Amino acid sequence: MGLLNRLDDPFEGGGIILGKVEDLLNWGRSKSDWYLHFGLACCAIEFMALNASHFDFMRFGTIPRTSPRQADFIMITGTVTLKMADRIKILYEQMSEPKYVISIGSCSNCGGPYWEHGYHVLKGIDRIIPVDVYVPGCPPRPEAMEEGMIKLQKLIREQALFNGKDRIEELEAKKALKI
Amino acid sequence: MNETKKIQLEYSQMESDRMRLNVGPQHPSTHGVLRLEVEIDGEIVTEVIPHIGYLHRCFEKHCEKMTYPQVIPYVDRLDYISAMNNEWPYVMAVEKLLEIKVPEKVEYIRVIMAELNRIANHQIAVATFGLDAGAFTPFLYFFRDREYILWIMEKCSGARLLFNYFWIGGLAHDVYPSFKQEVLDAIKQVRKTNAEVMNLLIYNKIFIDRTANIGILPADVAINYACSGPTLRGSGVKWDLRKDDTYSIYNRFDFNIPVGKGEVGQLGDCWDRNIVRMYEMEESCKIIEQAVAQMPDTGDVKEAIPAKLRPPKGAEIYQRAENPKGELGFYVVSNGTEKPDRIKARGTSFVNLSVLPVISKGYMFADLILILGSIDIVLGEVDR
Amino acid sequence: MLANEIYEILKKEFGDGILEFKEEAPSDPYISVEPSKIFDICHTLRDSSELMFDYLMCLSGLDLGESLGIVYHLYSFKHTHKIVIKTTVPKETPTLPSVMHLWRTADWHEREAFDLYGMIFSGHDNLIRILLPYDWEGYPMRKDYNEPEEYHGMRVPY
Repeated sequence: MGLLNRLDDPFEGGGIILGKVEDLLNWGRSKSDWYLHFGLACCAIEFMALNASHFDFMRFGTIPRTSPRQADFIMITGTVTLKMADRIKILYEQMSEPKYVISIGSCSNCGGPYWEHGYHVLKGIDRIIPVDVYVPGCPPRPEAMEEGMIKLQKLIREQALFNGKDRIEELEAKKALKI
Repeated sequence: MNETKKIQLEYSQMESDRMRLNVGPQHPSTHGVLRLEVEIDGEIVTEVIPHIGYLHRCFEKHCEKMTYPQVIPYVDRLDYISAMNNEWPYVMAVEKLLEIKVPEKVEYIRVIMAELNRIANHQIAVATFGLDAGAFTPFLYFFRDREYILWIMEKCSGARLLFNYFWIGGLAHDVYPSFKQEVLDAIKQVRKTNAEVMNLLIYNKIFIDRTANIGILPADVAINYACSGPTLRGSGVKWDLRKDDTYSIYNRFDFNIPVGKGEVGQLGDCWDRNIVRMYEMEESCKIIEQAVAQMPDTGDVKEAIPAKLRPPKGAEIYQRAENPKGELGFYVVSNGTEKPDRIKARGTSFVNLSVLPVISKGYMFADLILILGSIDIVLGEVDR
Repeated sequence: MLANEIYEILKKEFGDGILEFKEEAPSDPYISVEPSKIFDICHTLRDSSELMFDYLMCLSGLDLGESLGIVYHLYSFKHTHKIVIKTTVPKETPTLPSVMHLWRTADWHEREAFDLYGMIFSGHDNLIRILLPYDWEGYPMRKDYNEPEEYHGMRVPY
């Protein structure tokens, strides 16, 4: 929270604060993330509950988009089957950088209850696209999904913006680890 | 209808190219991961080919590899909106194979839970149908009320959506002391919101204009396609498994079977299918009230749970029950071991969806989304 | 109408086409029939005025080891009676007539049985895979099925 801390203690004379542009941009970015909702299975129903009155997901500044080209991050909510996996990969590739992935539910994390005999289930979405935040549960409670969102916001705030290579290296390292 | 027919006639006299359009598999209005290949002539739908299987999770394969009690969590994940109702026919099938008599108290709790879950299911069905038609407010109202029902279920079973609550011969846990009162409170809230939504959405002129006279499903076609539940009852067929092929203790309760009457348009249109769901919620409330009044306070919910589960070799049974979406059946074949030889789930949505290509021909493309919404499918059950 | 009466009617009409009738609690009573006659038998079941089975509840495939089984669960709205019809086909030539033109609901059920067990329903208009991808190999619900190592470059086992 680099920027906000400085807002509490501005320079005398008012109106001037010193800080990194990176912090300002990251602050803005983390508070208005548009997401591509990828409702696949049971978790999508909990996700609907998250969007509704009791939990109000939009207070995180998130707006659901139906086109990947307008989205900052993608939420994979549910079991990914082999028939579906190709489509997810295409949609992920259509998103513009910087892009993030939240994997919600045991199924998309690792195959969930279908890990052993599911001949048509992809055992973990991280086999095809890199994942930033994993939310466990079958299905996770809406509160757990909210925590996943807070984790993602933290990740965005701490990200190096102007040294793009860092991010790319990070992704490469992730890919090398997981696949 | 006349309006559509007129436009159709005008179009038929023009030369036009047909276009093929893909809806889904990732689309907010397909209620999941359904892919529709649509051929349109201008705005008129000429052909619909559903492509399913994007959520095929190998349910039947898992059943062969798991023991009988282990199958219950997988059964939950078929129609994940009404998990309690899914568990019921499955545990009933195994209980019949083992010839277990379920205690009285368990039967009552099962009825209350199943009916509460039916209300929760219909709330989602009507809410998302409203969303398809462009009404956002009922969605917020229904999801607010649905939470009250989910809280009761969470207190009983520990889960919000997929419960694993009905066990073979009993229940996973007993209900808590203030259960009856909370159920009655939840029903009160449900009734209040239903009355509100009736004015706000169902009898709204815009909504009637959008949904009446489209997607007409005649009764004989519905039976030939083996449609069931509100999809069949919307066409005026008075048929409910709870009454016509009664199971458990449903013969003790007094309730009606609402059917579509063609109130604002032709019989069997989208509006009729939707109004059946609204009335069914009220009927469920009635059943719950009677069940709460009759339910015994004492009794052990786990006393009939068998220690050893081995149905006789070669025994097989087809057990069906009234899921909120229609007839859900399980065909269970035993081979004498603790694992079933074969379990086939007759998915309600799977069967109901197969009628979509027939009833959506000749309507506008925007109506196709409403027709799909009015069938109320869940892709977990379609693909299994 | 009771199951054994239905059996008598069918036996009178089809003779050798009807193989066996079994009624043993707790199982449902069933009639097993010749696979080649299945269309004619189902036609009688649907259209005869005393049977009137207008509702096909379920059509399931089975793997019985050397052969494949197909089970039809029928129900009549008018007479409110039920019956189970069973038939078996050999694994090498799993061909039998389709009942899609009697009950349209059989369309998807038969496609599913073809998809998972590999039965060929002759007379079906559009017998293609329904649940699995169109380029999938093998019939996964057969007991001797081994799951593939890879599909489109994705590893399948855990």
